[in-house]
Amino acid sequence: MRIGIDVGGTNTDAVLMDGMEVKSWHKTPTSADVSSGIMAVLRAVMTEGGANPTDITGVMIGTTHFTNAVVERKRLLQVAAIRLGLPATLGLPPMIDWPDDLGSTLGYHRYMIHGGHEFDGRQIAPLNEDELRAAGRDMKKKGLRAGAITSVFSPVNPDMEIRAAEIIAEEVPDVALSLSHQVGRIGFLERENATIMNACLADLATKVVQSFRLALSTLNITAPFYISQNDGTLMTAEYVEKYPVLTFASGPTNSMRGAALLAGVKEAMVVDIGGTTSDVGMLLHGFPRESSVTVEIGGVRTNFRMPDVLAIGLGGGSLVRDNGLRIGPDSVGYELTEKALVFGGDVLTTTDIVVAAGLADIGDRSKVAHLTPELIENAIVTMHRMVDEAVDKMKTSSEPLPVILVGGGAVLMSRGLSSASHILKPPHFSVANAIGAGIAQVGGEVDRVFSLEGLGRDAALAQAKAEAIAKTVAAGARPETVQVTDIEEVPLAYLPSSATRIRVKAVGDLVVTK
Amino acid sequence: MILNSADLIDLCRGAAFLGTGGGGDPYIGRLMVEHAISEAHPVEIIDPSDVPDDALVIPTAMMGAPTVLVEKIPRGNEAVLSLQRLERHLGKKVFATMPIEIGGINSTMPLVVGARLNLPVVDADGMGRAFPELQMETFNVYGVHGTPMAITNEYGDCTLIETHDNKMMEWIARGVAIRMGGAAYIANYPMTGEQVKRTSVPNTLTLALKIGRCIREAREAHRNPFDALLNLLPKTPYNFGKIIFRGKISDMFRETRAGFAAGRARIEGLGEWKGVMVIEIQNENLTARVDGVLKAIVPDLICILDSETAEPITTETLRYGQRVTVMGVAVPPMMRTPEALAIFGPVGFGFTDKFTPIEAMD
Repeated sequence: MRIGIDVGGTNTDAVLMDGMEVKSWHKTPTSADVSSGIMAVLRAVMTEGGANPTDITGVMIGTTHFTNAVVERKRLLQVAAIRLGLPATLGLPPMIDWPDDLGSTLGYHRYMIHGGHEFDGRQIAPLNEDELRAAGRDMKKKGLRAGAITSVFSPVNPDMEIRAAEIIAEEVPDVALSLSHQVGRIGFLERENATIMNACLADLATKVVQSFRLALSTLNITAPFYISQNDGTLMTAEYVEKYPVLTFASGPTNSMRGAALLAGVKEAMVVDIGGTTSDVGMLLHGFPRESSVTVEIGGVRTNFRMPDVLAIGLGGGSLVRDNGLRIGPDSVGYELTEKALVFGGDVLTTTDIVVAAGLADIGDRSKVAHLTPELIENAIVTMHRMVDEAVDKMKTSSEPLPVILVGGGAVLMSRGLSSASHILKPPHFSVANAIGAGIAQVGGEVDRVFSLEGLGRDAALAQAKAEAIAKTVAAGARPETVQVTDIEEVPLAYLPSSATRIRVKAVGDLVVTK
Repeated sequence: MILNSADLIDLCRGAAFLGTGGGGDPYIGRLMVEHAISEAHPVEIIDPSDVPDDALVIPTAMMGAPTVLVEKIPRGNEAVLSLQRLERHLGKKVFATMPIEIGGINSTMPLVVGARLNLPVVDADGMGRAFPELQMETFNVYGVHGTPMAITNEYGDCTLIETHDNKMMEWIARGVAIRMGGAAYIANYPMTGEQVKRTSVPNTLTLALKIGRCIREAREAHRNPFDALLNLLPKTPYNFGKIIFRGKISDMFRETRAGFAAGRARIEGLGEWKGVMVIEIQNENLTARVDGVLKAIVPDLICILDSETAEPITTETLRYGQRVTVMGVAVPPMMRTPEALAIFGPVGFGFTDKFTPIEAMD
């Protein structure tokens, strides 16, 4: 059996799963020391599900620790930003577009070194090892224990980043180094930013992973544990210690993956309705579709693999105005149980509407008896139109798809949507996130510029696929389960050399040994 | 006028508008200008009429793939070196630099040069929008030699190009740009102040600034940014604009054709807009048709804007489901003469359609 855990800012949720079946689930407040909260939910789900520690074959954890640390600028290390690309790239030094409070916390330690590659794999300059050693000595003098190494076009050729890491490690023993080709894709500044953020989390990553380990060993759970990353695939604990940044935004991904399992579909739209907003995303092959635009984290531009989620101002606490024709975006939020009409308050919310319509039994129904049928009908139509438009906007084709409703506000939706083939409201929707962690697979990705001249398009695609599959197996997947889930080709504009950027993603089931 | 940091953000938004989908995202360009200003000098924009007739003006630009530029950030002085190489070759002191292309990232490259060399930047350009090739310039249309031209990489390696015509300049320079890594930095079309006044599309830097500012201010005041744009345009040399369609992207087809990022966007009408608009793309948006009927054609601008925010959308980021508003904008008369249309009109892109001005379309 597997256990999926979601460590959120407020609650820690866990589910015990036998295959794809939910045996038991539990929610508990997140503890300051992390370990005790995790131990509490682990004990609860194992007791309720009747499982012994030896029955557990894997523990999958989703966590918001690292995102929160960057957003709050807390528990971050100073970082040596090492860039390989001179004489190019001097026009914009590292961390140039960072918010100053975060940049100052990390210390603006910049080392710019000769090296890097061209788009076609040629070298911009040979790696200058003397400059690197000087940088290492300076880092040691300044007491820097974390470094981020970013080389131009390292997604095409990572060799210089790997060699640079060897040299810095010789000069600075016990240094934690982050290499950009492991973190991001083409788009230099965004990849460099993500690598620097990863480096500043090195200490915290060690501590968090240790606290997870401690919780499991205290309960005599010897099964391996994994941590989910932003694309819905898993990393080993050892990998998270090195690349914590890859856990950013794993929350929405796990929710959507959990929704897919609960509803039993792989191609669908997911609407997660909370108190203030609804998140709308699309599942492709059971995974969330990724965003193609740059994402800012803590004010820094990155190009993480983030699920493409549209948030709209509709939730269980959204305000209803204009005789039901206008809803939100403002919400009474967590004050719903004081301010909504059905709870004796004086604010007309969407929850009041569904109670008045007889679609839900929440609070005191007599307090909404005065609402006119016209107002109720208008508001219900408005809510459905808002979700309908958001779903339609997020779809990538005009084919009708099922819509899965999860979240506490799912009760707001009672009718069909013209954008949906049908509507699914699965059970256990409140722990969809932990379930998503529990069922996560492992993945591998290639994102490179290929020159199609000589090689040809088919051969380039085949090469990219083979590399993605090999990466997936290396990450711990059972080879026979690996599938290519996404292929994207973007020709390079204004360049008549038939150079094309190819992205291929593959996933597979985790090898689980007992 | 001296350009400040807030202006620069507006200018880049306007440059993306004028890029009609092409020309690259000006984000990196904007950061480079800000960095150059912080290290060197503020940038002064001057009117073409303030350039003495006999003064030497050398335009500067990036040549190649914006996709390469976003990975291989330039050293920052490449275009400066190209300009200085031409100055040496011509044996004359340069008075100012200028964009060859206002659309997209090339609106910013001369500003970097201006900041580094404390050199004014002329408020004008040679395309009035974005185009994919170096001969597609009003400078070329009205008789300015593109060469001598200099093209430089991050090492300061420099090629000086002299050709019998401007199409050959483009052909040779494109090859050099690939050898230099797919993006290189150029100075070409060196010209006199008299030629600037006669052959450039005037006041396009300040036009980009006004367009970007107009969109931002309308949004901030919760006014309709499209109405604001349609009110602004008649007060500029691009004196006619209209909304030609509103809808939702229902299909994006992309392919590489002879080195162009080509494609087609299908937009299904929403609300009062009936039918399906198809936009043909070769780096930039070239034609817009509704159910087969032409609504706008190159060189007039076909701008695809986000229907809610009026933010210009570049070709690479177009995707299914986006709600878009398509605006057609008239280019100035000098870009619509028979000589101009022969080079960058419909025929220059292989279309058999005759050019019809946007204001004459149904």
